[in-house]
Amino acid sequence: MKIAIPVDDKSIETSVCISFGRTPYFLIYDTETKESIFLDNSASASQGGSGIKAAQTVVDNHVEALLTPRCGENAAEVIKAADIRIYKSITGFANDNINAFIEGKLSLLKEIHAGFHHHGGK
Amino acid sequence: MKVAVLSGKGGTGKTLVSVNLAAVAKNSTYIDCDVEEPNGYLFFKPEDVQEEEIEVKIPTIDDKLCNGCRKCVDFCKYNALAYIKDKPIVFEEVCHSCGGCILVCPEKALSEKEKFIGKIQEGTSDQVTVNTGIMNTGEASGIPIIKKLLKQNRFEKDRPTFIDCPPGSACIVMESIKDADYCILVAEPTLFGVHNLNMVYELVRLFGKPYGIVLNKCMDEENPAEKFCLEKGIKILSKIPFDNELGSLNSSAQIAARESNKYDTMFSSLLQTVIKEVRCETATSP
Ligand code: SF4
Ligand code: SF4
Repeated sequence: MKIAIPVDDKSIETSVCISFGRTPYFLIYDTETKESIFLDNSASASQGGSGIKAAQTVVDNHVEALLTPRCGENAAEVIKAADIRIYKSITGFANDNINAFIEGKLSLLKEIHAGFHHHGGK
Repeated sequence: MKVAVLSGKGGTGKTLVSVNLAAVAKNSTYIDCDVEEPNGYLFFKPEDVQEEEIEVKIPTIDDKLCNGCRKCVDFCKYNALAYIKDKPIVFEEVCHSCGGCILVCPEKALSEKEKFIGKIQEGTSDQVTVNTGIMNTGEASGIPIIKKLLKQNRFEKDRPTFIDCPPGSACIVMESIKDADYCILVAEPTLFGVHNLNMVYELVRLFGKPYGIVLNKCMDEENPAEKFCLEKGIKILSKIPFDNELGSLNSSAQIAARESNKYDTMFSSLLQTVIKEVRCETATSP
């Protein structure tokens, strides 16, 4: 099964990025082949709808689970429409999270934060 | 003369200043662009109010025609379309109504549908024309409403116009000040006030607009906002004192300048200062 994690760097030992939509990279990890690939998140610089675009990347890579500390409304809608489950990541590194996921220690992400598409802060 | 009144956050006296300026200018136009939280009309209590609904066009998909080519999703710069299970889905609140996806769809599977996002009201209060933009809750962008509000035909040349901008410095504020001849920044005399002031200060400088500051709620103590102005060499147009009378008039939604001579004098002199500044700007700039 393939899983996706927003990460700060192109390394399996990197930390999980606190922002889903703005993460620089996604780690796509295959639990069977133990292969990991890193994808640039093309949404990281987009002006609006970055959550949707980031979610699109995840969906297009046919993952079955997303491990993330948080997720916005719109992104969650995309992910869920594609039948991907969203798990809440734990603090620590990407590989810690992969292990925790394989051991069944992660729980589903419950709080989905309201969309923030007001184009830049107020 | 179009004067935009801005502040870094709500509640600094932006509406107080714009409403009272429009009131003392008599034959004037007041435009409330704070579409999320318009409150100028509460002061003016305009009569003969005409209403106009504001709609935007958003795409809708005919699943039967769509072949799943994905061109629309790849086209949308705003990421308002997502592609799931071989079909695009529209995120209506993210869509900017550019219409591009409809043009790129080779199957003509996309068409326009109308969506109401808010309304504009126009009424009069004495000789002041009061325009108010009101955005429906939950909508992401009030920009189409502001565009409609600031449409050229609303302006008469000799009639001063006061634009009550949304708080902050996001693109909705930029839209509101775009055509202004002059910007008044309203600031509170606190450190936090300076932070907010700095945001709008940077914005008006970015737009190359002439500007000046009104310091609200001034007391006889140290005023970090005033210090900021002095350091940066920013023109202080007026200092509105912190006083209970003004506070209570304002909190009961009364227009201070219409209720008391004292405030009429105060805002009239601010108006004169602003007019002078605008004249001098138009005289010196090409
Ligand atoms: S109209 Fe423009 S912004 Fe809206 S979905 Fe189509 S391409 Fe995107
Ligand atoms: S461009 Fe038209 S046909 Fe292609 S995916 Fe979009 S709606 Fe479907």
